[in-house]
Amino acid sequence: MKLVIFAGPPTCGKTTVIRQVLKRMAAREIKTAYLKIDVLYADDDILVKKEFGIPVKKIYSGELCPDHCNVVVLDEAVEWAERSGASYLFVETAGLCLRCSPYVENSLGIVVLEATSGMNLPRKIGPMLTLADICVITKIDLISQAEREVFRYRVLESAKKITVVESNALYGIGIDPIVKQILKTPEVEFPMYLRGNPPVGTCTICVGKKEIGAKNHFGVLRTLEQEIFYVGE
Amino acid sequence: MEVTKITLFGGYGKDGSAEKVKEFSMEVGDIVSIVGPTGCGKTTLINDIELFANQNTPSGRRVSINGEPVPEDFIFDPANHPIALISQHTNFLSDLPVEEFLAIHATVRGAQDVESIVGETLDFANELTGEAIMKDIAMTELSGGQTRSLLIADAVVIGNAPIILLDEIENAGIHRTKALELLKRYKKIFVFVTHDPCIALMSDFRIVMQNGAMQQLITTQPEEKKVAGKMKQIDDMMLDFRQIIRSGDELSESIFNESFKVLTF
Repeated sequence: MKLVIFAGPPTCGKTTVIRQVLKRMAAREIKTAYLKIDVLYADDDILVKKEFGIPVKKIYSGELCPDHCNVVVLDEAVEWAERSGASYLFVETAGLCLRCSPYVENSLGIVVLEATSGMNLPRKIGPMLTLADICVITKIDLISQAEREVFRYRVLESAKKITVVESNALYGIGIDPIVKQILKTPEVEFPMYLRGNPPVGTCTICVGKKEIGAKNHFGVLRTLEQEIFYVGE
Repeated sequence: MEVTKITLFGGYGKDGSAEKVKEFSMEVGDIVSIVGPTGCGKTTLINDIELFANQNTPSGRRVSINGEPVPEDFIFDPANHPIALISQHTNFLSDLPVEEFLAIHATVRGAQDVESIVGETLDFANELTGEAIMKDIAMTELSGGQTRSLLIADAVVIGNAPIILLDEIENAGIHRTKALELLKRYKKIFVFVTHDPCIALMSDFRIVMQNGAMQQLITTQPEEKKVAGKMKQIDDMMLDFRQIIRSGDELSESIFNESFKVLTF
């Protein structure tokens, strides 16, 4: 099984890129399974199923962040894809808090960013960008060429070795180089490991503590002046 | 690689029939216009050129450079891209100050003396605008005309691309014949998408578009060049009127009538 993980902020065009890639996978008669991980709502699995007739699955992370959910279910997902006769599994995830990244060793990590989101985005999103193999920049038709060049520069400044692909995914422009990389992806190896280090910290909000203020929480905490301290066992 | 010639091979119109213009080439120094009614596919045509279409866009067109297929590094690294496309966008989405943005762009493009090239770019832009662009202002705060002016200046001076595509330069209130004169100083291929008869006739040839397809290729003959010269006089007269009104003065009948006496035909 070969694993390709697509990450990116909400509405950046991940699904549009994936659909264009799936078209080209289908043309090569490569069977691909698709897993969508979202927080509260998604219907991309239904659309992808309808368009390509491939095995699809959707999981709502609900009380977990999508990247956390990815870590918890990915081994089962690979097994499911295997059982359904696919040779590739595409995972689409809306990683949210930007502290970790969903990519695992021996997979292809693709981050999708929209060109319209401001020049500082590449500096803001951390490991989702820096640990990816490919950065697909979408919606390039909406900004000037000069801005495209500066945005690309900012991407490469944060992730020096990343392959940058500019795409107008609506028209399928810039998709072929992504497919080329996907075809070179190695087989995934068990046990699977995350590429990056998970963040130090337990989210007390995730476990249901609603009170505001450090004194009501535990784990790694901080003051407004960025003094970091630890409360707990 | 030095770009001396770009060739476009025709594809298909909106109804799927083959384009009447099968092929045309542009060489350094050429000025070309693309004309036709709104919605006829002019912008799509220059987008195909900018993307180096290789029968992989909806039109099925193909582009070659110097008679050869387009090299891969042209396509994947925009800093090597020999084409600058000035789109119809009249606003930037970049949230950086003008000077910082230009300095980064100049660095990306490998400029030796970033400061002076940024200065030259601003000077060029300010020759086209109404009110001058301040270098500390955010890109997003520029007006439509200032944005277009800066885009043109950036493409020519910083981008220094050998091929420049301009989509409806006449919009957004910049001085278009002045722009054309300034641009002509640079040895490049210029392609104008335009509704402006003046620009169309000042070009070496024009492509006439209809229903998504290139229908005709017309070379500007000496007679039309002569007409272009007369038209420019009318155009300059209109610009003088515009200037009078813009600066808060009144346009009297005598000034109006005097203006016509200056015409040489």
